Amino acid sequence: MSNPRIHLALRMGDNSLILSQQNSKWCGHAPTLEEDIALANVSLDLMGHAQMWLEFAAEVEDEGRNADTLAFFRDTEEFRNSLLVERPNVDFATTLMRQYLFDAWHLEQLLLLSQSSDTLVAEISQKALVEVRYHRERSQSLVIRLGDGTIDSHNRMQEALNALWSYFGSFFEDSKDDEMLFDLQTSPMPSSLYPRVLEQLNQDSVLSTLKIPESEFWQKGAVQGHHTENLGYILAEMQYLQRTYPNSKW
Amino acid sequence: MYAQEVKSTGSKPKSLSSMSAKEKAFQEKIDRGQRIEPKDWMPEGYRRTLLRQMGQHAHSEIVGQLPEGNWISRAPTLERKTILLAKVQDEAGHGLYLYSAAETLGKSRDEMTKELLSGRAKYSSIFNYPTLNWADMGAVGWLVDGAAIMNQVPLQRTSYGPYARAMVRICKEESFHQRQGFDIMMKMSFGSKKQKAMAQDSLNRFWYPSLMMFGPSDSESVHSAQSMAWKIKINFNDELRQKFVDQTAPQAEYLGLTIPDEKLKWNEKTEQYDYSEPNWEEFFEVISGNGPCNTERLAARNKAWDDGEWFRDGLLANSTKNQNSQIAAE
Amino acid sequence: MANELPLWEVFIRGQHGTAHRHVGSLHATDAEMAMNNARDVYTRRNEGLSIWVVPSSEIVASIPSKKGPLFDPSKDKIYRHPSFYNIPVEVKKI
Repeated sequence: MSNPRIHLALRMGDNSLILSQQNSKWCGHAPTLEEDIALANVSLDLMGHAQMWLEFAAEVEDEGRNADTLAFFRDTEEFRNSLLVERPNVDFATTLMRQYLFDAWHLEQLLLLSQSSDTLVAEISQKALVEVRYHRERSQSLVIRLGDGTIDSHNRMQEALNALWSYFGSFFEDSKDDEMLFDLQTSPMPSSLYPRVLEQLNQDSVLSTLKIPESEFWQKGAVQGHHTENLGYILAEMQYLQRTYPNSKW
Repeated sequence: MYAQEVKSTGSKPKSLSSMSAKEKAFQEKIDRGQRIEPKDWMPEGYRRTLLRQMGQHAHSEIVGQLPEGNWISRAPTLERKTILLAKVQDEAGHGLYLYSAAETLGKSRDEMTKELLSGRAKYSSIFNYPTLNWADMGAVGWLVDGAAIMNQVPLQRTSYGPYARAMVRICKEESFHQRQGFDIMMKMSFGSKKQKAMAQDSLNRFWYPSLMMFGPSDSESVHSAQSMAWKIKINFNDELRQKFVDQTAPQAEYLGLTIPDEKLKWNEKTEQYDYSEPNWEEFFEVISGNGPCNTERLAARNKAWDDGEWFRDGLLANSTKNQNSQIAAE
Repeated sequence: MANELPLWEVFIRGQHGTAHRHVGSLHATDAEMAMNNARDVYTRRNEGLSIWVVPSSEIVASIPSKKGPLFDPSKDKIYRHPSFYNIPVEVKKI
């Protein structure tokens, strides 16, 4: 796994996979039927992206693995998703805020990746971009409404934002692989996205009346596979059948 | 079926000659195969029965998300996960279409939801059974959706326009549900020993509850006779149940699975399968709240509703603020 | 229920050049949200190329009891339909 392209593909694929996995647990439990359906659409889009990126990683790796083996047979330290997406669902405010922060990063990241010198990276990103523009619009609109809704909805969204903030920084953590990818003009330095994303959040906050935390103390480690405790539980659940009944066809 | 316990007026359908002029015109319209639309005059009994049936049908779709939703996070491949999520999402959609159809009669979705959450309104007994292994995702698609389709296809011709149109849409979307279920059953039945055992176990548990979905025999029921005269109900329960058994038995054989009924046998004379009745006592217990998962299912829906209140209130408050600021600006 | 999100009617124009068609309804606080929800609820299978959303309360419907005066006058205007006219077989296309 030394190829930096694999690092990028896993970073993108694992983020989408883990977030989709977490969101999909809301199906049947969301606050309105419309929201239930809309959130499932986002999860389905993300699962599609995860499949493309992980397939791409497996191809580059060329060791006979595929998207499924990567998803179901890696352990936590091999996952490259950010710490934000593995934060527990907790409640709908947390889930929505997590999606909002992810979308803000995801859109900027894909806008840049769709210009990548690596044609495969560019191609996957362009495909995903169409859907992610809508994700960003949707979560932005909801966060603005709920931020400027009742006192209760405002407080809940603000608390969720505060609780998630230090994990959000995990998207902007650079690694050696990123430097190589940057030199090849494959992808931007993760840290370089922060000002652009922050600018977006600040603009939204005028309408949402939410206060963007000032701290830039970030939880780190995801790029080396050091995750939060929760990822182990997410994987235990997700991988349970494949691990319990190996070599079966499903 | 999804509306297993709909009581109509409690009396036999009136004969045309004993009807008022309005009732007669209404019944003749139905007999001609014409649709009743929201603003048309309708007998109070028709309206009430229809609302109850659409409500039960919608609630069944919504509660029906839960047993399968259970397994989305544990689906064994990315593709299976995607398919299952899309399917459970469809169920939310179907619930929404049916609530929409009921709303044309002036009853709000919130009102109907409150009836479900308080336990006053019913939903299909089948969703009070647990999903215990992955093969259950196959069995639910194959048997439960299979049984549901038997009932839903004829309902596309039901007399109430919005209901019929919702059913057309639902049937169109539903067509992949049963297939994906059978596809899982094939993989499990033709897979490892362990997988096949799961498939058999699943069939054992879901067979009789699936037969119960059609409801008890109703060829003598006055409720059914009235509903059929109104074309709210199209077939008798036993008729559909027989059709279901006849369709399913050869499929089980193809899978190499045994239907848990020693009496199940092809009858040359009647040209249909003989089969054992499900335990109707169990059915009435489950329907009245004593099934294995009734408590969890209702608790899950209540939690979703209660926990979502701040979300709905927040959105409403925001739109009121915006409207007010628009007015102020004008 | 006083605090229910308002009801919206959804119309969709599909692939084949036909007019917008009523597909159902949904709940949303305002037009933007109704539009998003309509996209998520009613176009999951690539059904739509264009969406209209209208608050249900804004729809004015004809009243069935007045059906006579509204629609009957057009019933006897059979001269508006091409089948009213006899065209000799010799004249092939008109």
